[in-house]
This record gives sequence, C-alpha cells and structure tokens, in this order.
Amino acid sequence: MTNSINELIDSNVIFISGSNTTENHPVIGAKIRQAKKNGAKIIVVDPRKIDIADDADVFLQVNPGTNIALSNAIMNYIISERLEDAEYVKERTENYDELVSVVGDFTPEKAAEICGVSAEDIKKAARMYAEGEKGSIVYCMGVTQHSSGTEGVMSMANLAMLCGNIGIESGGVNPLRGQNNVQGACDMGALPGTYPAYQKVVDANVKAKFEEAWGVELSDKVGLTLTEIVHKAGHGDIKFLYIMGENPMVSDPDLTHVEEALKNTEFLVVQDIFLTETAQLADVVLPAASFAEKDGTFSNTERRVQRVRKAINPIGDCKPDWQILSGVLKRLGIGKDYASPEDVFAEIREVTPSYAGISYDRLNELGSLQWPCPTEDHAGTKFLHVGKFARGLGLFKPAAFKPSAEVPCDEYPVILTTGRVLYHYHTRTMTGKVDGLNAMSPESFVEINPEAARKLSIVEGDKVKISTRRGSVMATAKVTPKLKENVVFMPFHFADGAANALTNPVLDPIAKIPEYKSCAAKLEKVAWDWSEETDGIR
Amino acid sequence: MSMLNITIDGQAIEMPAGSTILEAAKKVGIDIPTLCHLDMEKQFNQQAAACRICVVEVENRRNLAPACATPLMNGMVIKTDTPRVIEARKTVLHLMLSDHPLDCLTCEKAGACKLQDLCYQYGIEESMYPGMQNDFPLDESNQFYTRNLNKCVACRRCVQVCTNFQHTKAIGFGNRGFTTHPVAPFDKGMDASDCASCGNCVSVCPVGALLPKSKEKYRSWEINKTRTTCSYCGVGCQMNLVTKGNKVVGVEPVDGASNDGLLCVKGKFGFNFVDHPDRLTSPLIRKNGELVKATWDEALDLVAAKAKSIRAEHGSEALAGLSSARVTNEENYLFQKMVRAGFGTNSVDHCARL
Repeated sequence: MTNSINELIDSNVIFISGSNTTENHPVIGAKIRQAKKNGAKIIVVDPRKIDIADDADVFLQVNPGTNIALSNAIMNYIISERLEDAEYVKERTENYDELVSVVGDFTPEKAAEICGVSAEDIKKAARMYAEGEKGSIVYCMGVTQHSSGTEGVMSMANLAMLCGNIGIESGGVNPLRGQNNVQGACDMGALPGTYPAYQKVVDANVKAKFEEAWGVELSDKVGLTLTEIVHKAGHGDIKFLYIMGENPMVSDPDLTHVEEALKNTEFLVVQDIFLTETAQLADVVLPAASFAEKDGTFSNTERRVQRVRKAINPIGDCKPDWQILSGVLKRLGIGKDYASPEDVFAEIREVTPSYAGISYDRLNELGSLQWPCPTEDHAGTKFLHVGKFARGLGLFKPAAFKPSAEVPCDEYPVILTTGRVLYHYHTRTMTGKVDGLNAMSPESFVEINPEAARKLSIVEGDKVKISTRRGSVMATAKVTPKLKENVVFMPFHFADGAANALTNPVLDPIAKIPEYKSCAAKLEKVAWDWSEETDGIR
Repeated sequence: MSMLNITIDGQAIEMPAGSTILEAAKKVGIDIPTLCHLDMEKQFNQQAAACRICVVEVENRRNLAPACATPLMNGMVIKTDTPRVIEARKTVLHLMLSDHPLDCLTCEKAGACKLQDLCYQYGIEESMYPGMQNDFPLDESNQFYTRNLNKCVACRRCVQVCTNFQHTKAIGFGNRGFTTHPVAPFDKGMDASDCASCGNCVSVCPVGALLPKSKEKYRSWEINKTRTTCSYCGVGCQMNLVTKGNKVVGVEPVDGASNDGLLCVKGKFGFNFVDHPDRLTSPLIRKNGELVKATWDEALDLVAAKAKSIRAEHGSEALAGLSSARVTNEENYLFQKMVRAGFGTNSVDHCARL
C-alpha cells in the first residue's frame, strides 16, 4: 500500500476494485465501513455482489477481466469533463498525452457494453472519485490475477495520478496483500529478479555488494518465477526443488500439470507444519514450527514491520524454519551460526536499506515501524511519494483493453471466477484443522445465478460438474443472485472439488501471474446416480 | 485547540476542549472504575454510559455525572472519591448483582470478570436487592462462542463494537427495563443473524455472558499472554496468544496500529491447528516409496548432499526454491540466501501471485 490502513477512515472516497474486503481482509472491511460512517463515498467494482457492495454508493458489477476497459472509460470521462487534477498532472507526472490518446476513444458507452454495466453508473463513479478531495484506491487479486494483470495495476495508478491522489494522506493506490507476510517475502528478496529491498540481481554493483556480504560468487541471471519453475519441472529441467510453507498442489493453476511436474522432479524437499498435498510427494519432509512457536517479524500490507513472538515450545521434534535453513546453509558451507532470529535481522539490516533503521529493540518499544526506515532516528514512512515519486515524475503507462485469454464459447459458455471465503484461508492447511471453521464452510461449492440455474434445472444443494479445457470437478451448487447469469464462482480452498484443477494457467507476460479470475467453463447437473461418472475426474 | 481549566480531586489541570472527565482523570492518574466504557479508539465510540459505575460528583451539578460521557466545561470542579460517589457505585453493583448468578466458583470468566473485580473492590458479597432474576435460554447456536444472557449486565459493549467498530450490526438492544438484553433479529439465536463470528463482542464482554467455545478449561490465573502478529491475512492484527502450559488456549485482540483492537473469525478462533494431532513432528525421508521417520542430521545431510550433487552434475539452473509468504522475514531472507548463495541460482519465488 502506498498509504496506511487507518488513513482509509479519513478518505472522502474509496474506490474498491476486485477486493472482497469484508471476507478476505475483514478488519480492513470494518475500517472501510467506519469510513463510510465518517462520510466517505464508496465505489465497488466486482463481478459478484459481495458484502461490501451493500455499502456502495455506486456498485459496478463488471464482467470478469474487464477492469481495464472500465478504468479507461472512467479516465476518459474524467478528462472529457475536465475533472482531472490538472496542476498535479502538470507538475508531478509525465506521458499524459499518451494517456489521453489511449483512453480517448474509450467512452463510458463503449465500456458499458464490454463490462456489462450502465454508462451512467460509470460516469457517476468517475465523477465521485474525481471530485473526492482525498480518494483512496483499494484493490486486490480481482485486478491482478489476469493475463493483463500488470496493466490492470497500471490503470489503477493512472487513475490515481490523474486525480492527484498519490502522495497525499488518505489517498493512494492500495493493494491488499493476501498473506500475513507476502509483503515481507517480497521485501526480503524471495523473488527471482531482486535481492532484499528490491535491489536488482542484474545490477553489477548490487551483485558485488551481496557477494561481499555473503562471501560467495552469485548469478547475475534473473531466475525463474513459481509458475515457470513448475513448468520447467514438468519438462524435467528442474532436478532439485525446495518448497517451504507452500502448497502448490492446491494453490497453483492447472493442478494435474502441477502434480506431474512435482513427481517429475528428481529431488523434492518440502518444509511445512502439516503433511500437505505437496508434502506427500516429497523425498524429504522437514517439520517446521508454527508462528506460535517462534520469534521473528512479519511485514503487513501497509509495510508495517511487527514482531512475532514465541508463545509455546515447538511441537514434537519440529524446528522453526530459520533454524532448519540455518542448518542447511551451514552444510552448504554458507553463512554463520545464527543464534536467534534477531541475529538474522541484524544481517538483514546491513543489506536492506529500507529496513536499516528497524531493530528488535525499536519494534519492542514502538510496537511497529513502517518501511522505508533508513536510519535508527527515522520514524518510518506512513505514506509514500510525498512531493515527488520514487522515480521523480509519475509516469502514466496507459493500457489498451485486451479480453481475457479465454472467453466464453459455445462449448464453454460461462465465465468461471475464483476467490476465497471468510472462514477459510488459502489451501486450508490451517483453517481446515479448525472444527468451527469447517462447520461454517465444509466443502467446495459453485455459486450460480438463479436464472442460469433454472435453465440447467439446478437447485441449491445439487451436485454440479464444472468443466473447463483443463478438466472437470464436482461441487455443490449454491444458487445466489450475487452473480450475473454469465458468471459462476468457486472458492479455491478445497483440494476436493479443486477450482485450480479448472483455472487457466496462462500468465501475465510481465508479472507471470496466472489468470485465476477468468476462464471459460461449462456446468452440468449431475444425475443422482453419479458414482460411476466421478471415476475419471478429480 | 482551546483549552479548559478544571479541578479534579483538588488538582488544577488544563485539558483540551471536548475531553471527558474520564480522560482528565486518566491524565493525572486518578482511577475511576469503568465497566461499559470501550477504550478502543477515539472515533465512532459513542459512549453508551449504560452502567453508571464511573459516576463522579461535579460541583453545582444536581445529579452525579458519568465520567466516561460527560464533556469537561471550563471551571469544572470534580470529585471522584466522595462518600456519595462510593455509595452510588455500590448501589449500581448491588443492582447488577441482583440479576446475576453467583456462580463464580465455576464461571470460566472468574478472575477476569469486571463485575467480580468491582464487587471485590467495593466489598460486596451479595445483592441487597434479592428477588426475581431473568431466565434466558443458553444460546449455543454460534460455532465459536456461547451466549448466556443471564450473566449479561446490559453494558452494551457487544452492541457498540458490532455496530460502531465491526459494522456488522448483527445485534441490537431489545426490551426495556428489567428484561433489557442484547438481541439478534427477532430475539432468535445468533445463527439467525448476520453475525460474521468476528468474536469482537466476545473480546469486549466484561463478564461471562459471551464466552469462546474453548476446547480447554483454564482459569485466568493459570495462563500466560504473548503479544504477537496474526498469521492469516496481510492486515497484521496484533493479538495476545493465551497459553496454558505448552498449549494455545485462546486469542485476544491487542490495540495494534492496524487493527485497533479488532480481529476476525480466523484470527480470534482459528488457532486450534497449532497443536492439531496431524502436525508433523519429525523429519521424514522417502525410502522404498514410503516416507519414514529420520533424524534431523540424516534429513539435512541428505538435502545438502543432493543439492551439491545435482548442482555438480546438472548446473545451478537445475535447482530452485519456493519460499513462503507465511513465514517470517528472517526466514525468507535465509531462504533466498540459501538458493542464491547455496544453490547458485536466482530461481527463488513464492506465492505472491497466487
């Protein structure tokens, strides 16, 4: 997030796109509702009439994969009505002319047809966002998990810059990060192209710095992304794969292919707290401690570094991940003996400029610090890009609308979109072990519009077979007016009735994110005697 | 901001306009007991002033003033500890206790109960107003907590937090007078309401009316609390892990920078995975197709040996690692260091995109 969670409460307008906030980030959902009570206008863009849509002043129920068309039309209208922040655009940004030319022919009327919403609502949303003094954009995977995901994010940034909303309190472009420490994992360089603090692996100076810090020669070649690693493993090109705390056997697209790839890997190490679907395929399984059993830090979605503290001793013979990794590093002849996570953090500070001013002592005293925090006397950074952008001028990167890689056809006539539910978390490794949560959400399901269900003679509770070009799964029908007739929704949590056996593994060419939010599918009601038919499908 | 001059228990102080008597007392370290007051955040906290335990005397004011909800006025003279104040607080406690079971010996809340603490403070053993008591049925319809309205002291904290902080608005206050109590729609069980099971009402209940359905019995003096960060989504809510021996038995919210004392259903109630019997407790190595128990040295030696031999035979690009958005910064740092420095490749990634 460019800004902080609590700044939302004082926003004048909050533009929520592709984020089921009250289910996936419940406490931020509560803050948005506090903001509404405080007078903020709420705009919600989502293919489903999610909970937070009830609070919306404008709700745009778009077809999956049409965010860019919508953003372009909103910007088109803002520009044509001269609602933009002209001074901000002039002083703080560049490439505005290209933006004008790209969105120039994208009228609200044109977008209305593509997105499946009314042109009037698009105009209303555009005016509302542009006229709010402090406008905050909140987005999530509904914007990013598309083959044009990167451009989707850029359009959010374009819109925010057009209205002068970056670099101000209670404004900004605010992606909500789905996992407790996904921000920290990125900050720490668990990415193929960057060392800690996003220092590029292709930069010779950076490489030299880390070679000196770690005392070994390093590669200057950008590595493979997760999806590429799995793909290469499928071809037998990855012989050794070490997976820590991830369950690609449920979370990755096109699961049949993932299973083949992992089985095809000569040596697979999995480090986790449970014997997950992925761990079951491993050659070595290393038992890790849970968050309750170790010390450390997490960085939340607003760049806030906070302590994790050990409350109990590790269960059985398991060890905290840092100890296990320390053991492997030592055997590989790298690194020193780390006495504690604080010891590791001291090394992190030396090579990570944005974390250099953060220490366990400061965290224990202050509770938290938001990076960038370059020195010990720095108070941390509440919101970014004040006065000028990190790169100087804010660069408009306009994007033309491209449809999803797969669009409905005669054989697969509806759009399948996926997401999470309140009561589960990712692949259910943790929540699947909690009775109350399982009772609230026991099994995989597919949400279907009542009219669509009627045409297929499907009623609530029926077993339904959902098929895409990747495969078929069974799930229980939930008939709900939350969806339009051409869209169905499945949660991706469940290994049984797995949505990711269906999803399209096509990637965004820049971020390499899979297109989870939109693929073509077909539904069939399964006859009561369906025991034989299930044999061939997952 | 304009400042007001007031006197509280003989001390003259300056306070910003808009402050309450309670805030003035806090500033100078005078303890005024509270029960219904929710000290969570400044905004949206419409004071219920429902319990009247915090009453104080204000010079030239006819009745006693609730400290939590009375704004300061210039020249106000406040006395927090007079016989009249003490008597009024005692009367409030006698009235509360007149409709509250005296089952402190077995009540899960004992030791952490505000009513119990206040009765102890003011030396009240039993109510001087014996008589009829409410007899509400126990509501166990929610998966995560029980609601025993016979213990409710009608402080309205649960309704406040649900309406003004969580904004689910699942409950309101029903009836007036003796039978006043928090209600789900049509006074049915919580399962018939919009309740999102965030548990924030349970966290703020000052008595034993709302209790988590705990798998473990524990007394409040047997536990330890460890402040940590929630391990579910990216909001980074601050919480205390409540432990008894080597077991997590509960979670309570902490007023952290991003959550301001709120949690969701997963953070509040989703902790039983920690000591689930399916937890992995020992390293496993695949032998003849089966995963069998091994020692740490065997497992780590094998991992390192394989990494070295595969690198020697096929080059660094044949190795890769998937790190985790679930583990700590320190662990992510070590992981990418292992892949980069140990395996010799930059093929390290995690599920940021999934």
